Amino acid sequence: MAKELEMISEQILKGVPVGNFGDVMVVGGGISGIQAALDLGAAGFKVYLVEKSPTIGGHMAQLDKTFPTNDCSMCIESPKFNECSRHPNIEILTYTDLDGVEGKAGDFTVTILKKPRYIIEEKCTGCTTCVEYCPVTYPDRFNQEISKNKAVHIYFAQATPLVTYIDDSCLYLKEKKCRICSAVCKTGAIDFNQMAEKVEVKVGAIILAPGFKPFDAKLRDEFGYGRMENVVTSLDYERLLCATGPYGGEIRRASDGKHPRKIAWIQCIGSRQVLAGANSYCSAVCCTYTQKQVILTKDHDADAECTIFHNDIRSYGKDFERFYQRTANLSGVRFIRSYVSIGKEIPESKNVTIRYSTPDYGVKEEEFDMVVLSVGLTPPADFKDIAAKCGIELNSHGFCRTNPVNPMQTTRPGVFISGAFQGPVDIPESVVTASGAGSQCGELLSYRRWKLSKERIYPEERDVSREEPRVGVYVCHCGANIGRIVDVPSTVDYALSLPSVVHAEESLFICSTEAAQKLSKSIREKGLNRVVVAACTPRTHEPLFRDTLREAGINQYFYDMANIREHCSWVHSKEQEKATEKAKDIIRMSVARACRLEPLREYDLPVDKAALVVGGGVAGMTCALSIAKQGHQVHLVEREKELGGTARRIHYTLEGLDVQAFLGDLIGKVYRHPGIHVYTEATIFEVAGFVGNFTTRIKSRRGFSEIKHGAAVIATGAEEYKPSEYLFGEDERVMTQLALEEKIAEREQGTINSRSMVMIQCVGCRQEDRNYCARICCSHAVKNALKLKEINPEMDIRILFRDMRMYGFREDYYRGAAGRDVKFIRFAPEDKPRVEPVVEEGRPVLRVTVPDPVLGQRLALDADRVILSAAVVPSEGIKEIAGLFKVALGPDGFFQEAHVKLRPVDFGAEGVYLCGTAHYPKHISEAVSQAYGAAGRALTLLSHDTVAASGSVCEVDESRCVSCGACITVCSYGAIDFYRTPKGKKAVVNPVLCKGDGLCNTVCATSAISLKHYTDEEIFSQIDAVVPSMHAEAC
Amino acid sequence: MGTGGEYNPKLLGIICNWCCYGGADLCGVSRLQYPPHIRLIRVMCSARVDLAHIFRAFLHGLDGVFVGGCHLNDCHYITNGNYNALGMVKICKKLLEHIGINSERLRLEWVSAGEGVRFANIMNEFAPGIQKLGPLGSSEGIDEKTLRFKLEAAAKLIPYIKLVERERLRTPRELRASSEPEKEYDKFFNSEETNRLFYDAIVSKLVISQVTSLLREGPLSTGEISEALGLSPSEVSRQLNISSRQGLVRYDAGLKRYVAA
Repeated sequence: MAKELEMISEQILKGVPVGNFGDVMVVGGGISGIQAALDLGAAGFKVYLVEKSPTIGGHMAQLDKTFPTNDCSMCIESPKFNECSRHPNIEILTYTDLDGVEGKAGDFTVTILKKPRYIIEEKCTGCTTCVEYCPVTYPDRFNQEISKNKAVHIYFAQATPLVTYIDDSCLYLKEKKCRICSAVCKTGAIDFNQMAEKVEVKVGAIILAPGFKPFDAKLRDEFGYGRMENVVTSLDYERLLCATGPYGGEIRRASDGKHPRKIAWIQCIGSRQVLAGANSYCSAVCCTYTQKQVILTKDHDADAECTIFHNDIRSYGKDFERFYQRTANLSGVRFIRSYVSIGKEIPESKNVTIRYSTPDYGVKEEEFDMVVLSVGLTPPADFKDIAAKCGIELNSHGFCRTNPVNPMQTTRPGVFISGAFQGPVDIPESVVTASGAGSQCGELLSYRRWKLSKERIYPEERDVSREEPRVGVYVCHCGANIGRIVDVPSTVDYALSLPSVVHAEESLFICSTEAAQKLSKSIREKGLNRVVVAACTPRTHEPLFRDTLREAGINQYFYDMANIREHCSWVHSKEQEKATEKAKDIIRMSVARACRLEPLREYDLPVDKAALVVGGGVAGMTCALSIAKQGHQVHLVEREKELGGTARRIHYTLEGLDVQAFLGDLIGKVYRHPGIHVYTEATIFEVAGFVGNFTTRIKSRRGFSEIKHGAAVIATGAEEYKPSEYLFGEDERVMTQLALEEKIAEREQGTINSRSMVMIQCVGCRQEDRNYCARICCSHAVKNALKLKEINPEMDIRILFRDMRMYGFREDYYRGAAGRDVKFIRFAPEDKPRVEPVVEEGRPVLRVTVPDPVLGQRLALDADRVILSAAVVPSEGIKEIAGLFKVALGPDGFFQEAHVKLRPVDFGAEGVYLCGTAHYPKHISEAVSQAYGAAGRALTLLSHDTVAASGSVCEVDESRCVSCGACITVCSYGAIDFYRTPKGKKAVVNPVLCKGDGLCNTVCATSAISLKHYTDEEIFSQIDAVVPSMHAEAC
Repeated sequence: MGTGGEYNPKLLGIICNWCCYGGADLCGVSRLQYPPHIRLIRVMCSARVDLAHIFRAFLHGLDGVFVGGCHLNDCHYITNGNYNALGMVKICKKLLEHIGINSERLRLEWVSAGEGVRFANIMNEFAPGIQKLGPLGSSEGIDEKTLRFKLEAAAKLIPYIKLVERERLRTPRELRASSEPEKEYDKFFNSEETNRLFYDAIVSKLVISQVTSLLREGPLSTGEISEALGLSPSEVSRQLNISSRQGLVRYDAGLKRYVAA
């Protein structure tokens, strides 16, 4: 008893808030929370990242791939786990719940509850011996309870922290027996005495990123989930597809373990339905994730027959339309637009039948081997609890109530949200809002930036210049991604046989936090001075391993990556032997190169603290304000006479916001802010410099200006397409949605008193020359239709559409419009509507004819006005801007972000960011999210005094330089110049300006200039090593 | 070369980090398949690929070399270095042809980081194409020794070629601004003017370089030299005349053969 008391008091003492001070608490460790923590950490704030499950990762970790690029989800997310856990400014608290929030913005006291994982995190090495011995199996939650796991286990292979936890199915916890795990644990990490621990943390701001809960398919019992073995949810299916899933990446049926051949997907499960237990809104991601699952299914089994039963296909995002086409064009894939019901489960085969109807064949019942329910997104499980504890309001659906033009702002100052708590959103939107919420925390807490944060301290670099190369080779299995094709153990043996290799080993996931730590340790213990990791692509993983080398006290350029996944196992998956041979060759080349690598020093470049924002629309202004509020000078450059952009023509939103009032207020704030300098009627004619140090020359109303800035944000907007179709420009009764909106705002009598109006969707897009969906036009049409109905309820309004893409909560307005007698008529792209002026009973009207899909004949609709929902197209001059800033454009002519999923507002070019419709058409609230997001990203740069420049730059060997000037002529960066030496003038490189492309090397006739890290010697060594015997000679 | 079974070509690719490497990565991510014969080296820009790298590869007996960069005008660097890569490859192909190597063994392609499919398609053409050509040298009817000798002669000339390229064979800058720059480059490199320059400045040097190397091993007659180099006797005597005047070789009347000076 006394002992227990002592323990409790110790527990309480631990909870005393000594030193528990932070700047921001991020609640929720999914991709959104991770991004928020990383951005804030990089921008100089101390962050507590609190996650209720035993690891960070969230739902993204459960996904096999991500649309529309089909990037491996874990592969792109797990480096971020690592970054978080290694970040000196981020403290991760897993298996921890939020308990209460006291105080106010700038001074919150948050109570958190650390649940007992019965494992001492510091002692656990993640060796999983306990897991092996644990006698209890129970359904594995990470694998959607399809396969089993042990009562003590690691949540998933890349879990962060990589330690076990004990579930409540544990025999000891239930019945006080067993304790085998305690007996087998070599480090004494098991602690059954752990109790829940309350901890108080003081922070200035809070970001809630609790994510979503997949819709519980059991609530729609008629679809058979839980009753029929071969009916699965889309998240179950995601695990079935995944190499780390319940069947190691094989799609199998629960009933008999067989591979299903005929698979059906049913869309809108739990979404777009006003029924008890379902949700009225559209879940926004299901159409596209289903298409992804179909593509992946066909990858697994080329003969699979995939059928998708759907309503509208909502491919509204960037590149979604092409993704849809790609799916639809696969053989054996059918998209069937029909409501469906489950017929029966066939007792012998356990196959499931689906009843559906098509206009051509009427009602049919068809048998499938497996049925996937495309479940929607619902608020997080404990949404009421979160709201109560945080003192924030929810909307009618249980998601967070946010400011209509700021989806990250809750009803409580200082509490922000990011990710799917704002409503159903995809990964890029979750990442954008994370950066955006981060920026808003920065606005609030700018005064305390760098006060609590820590600098990363690396051990001193070991001087290895006099050592012979001692190479360590680490070969990764990448789960099964490499190991299933390439014989990893044999490559390790082979590596050991190579000259200079003193150590080689294999690893299941070399990128995991634990493996990286082991790597660092092994470098020190084995006295390695060169490291080769044979795994995936250096394009994503090189920074991580370079960092590991630094931690091990080795110069980070002593590292080379052998890409045996993207360039080997994944592309030669049917030729295991040859793939293994190739992997050995790649490793040999890498080792040869590693032997010749030299230690390089990175340069610290000063960062100019000012930002340049190009484009004075809603996105540009919002971004400029957020940056300026964090104490930075902002130069806002606008092409037109006035600020405002396209929003000047928008008067209200679907949700009822008065756009002109909002815009006026925003413009006022911009002009009043002392840190923002506005340049109107501006043209940019030169951008020079590089990250942290740009010089941009512009001409504006102020005359010529030369602006120095560290970061640039491109927010140049987009334009409405000027139609050539449907008599536009010939008959003034034909107008675009934007023109209609202006006429409604003016209350132009002819328009608002129309007896009937026809709106035509998809004008100028979703067609060959503009193969994308302009995303906003459906909402725009419904918005204007509702407004007109409000003014003139008698007006007859018909919307001719292909798919109504009213994603998210917009669905409610779509339903509302139908309820107010706005008629929706679907047409097919092969048979578009026709418009002609006629006189009907003495009244001049526009006659719109369109085939009626139900009656099979042409409908003739007489309208006083025809409204065209014209596409959104890239703004004029976008190419010039792209050229000036050296950033890329995508296939549709909009700017191309650095990574569709995880770097949605960054450019490949460092120090340049992106927001608003210049990225892709979007609604005002979405543009605002991106604007804050870009500001947040820019702050991760601007808040620093210096930025490190690569050590891989050129260098001149003076003794070989013949002063021909060839290198100087070709270097557009102006990084090379002559300088006088006693032996005459010689070329010299300014390493700060050198970008490391190496063009100068190939024009130098005397090989006097060489690009470090890509020297001829290094490249030759790789070429020499392509053929094994040559390598032997060379080493 | 496989032992007995099918012939597996040995291929090397040198590709730029920003575009082609990304395309090759995406190709992997998309699980698109291609033959396992190529080994890839990453450089930051295709402009870093040097004539010397390509000749080194062929000297090692590799059967094909692939160079991959960003699409023209999409270069990650403001140098637009891929134009230089284009010029370099054009010259390299001419050199290869001159020494009797099928220039299809060298291939340059532009692949963006989004073009995984394109990368797979190119690989699925390139490898079988080289497979069809057969092993380097023997399928061109050049024995191993001669092949080596010719490649070495060309490789030795690279610094000189760089000078010629800069002084006399520079591709006009305005070709880059054309709507179809690649066609313009083609035209330029196949023009009579360029061919004449190439011949005068480079080919003659190449022949002389080969002749002097040959003569270092022993005296040879014009006929023997022309056979060894696969060149017409008239061409050889023309070059021998020039070389004699420059004092690189001399005619030994006693031996009735040319000897190294």
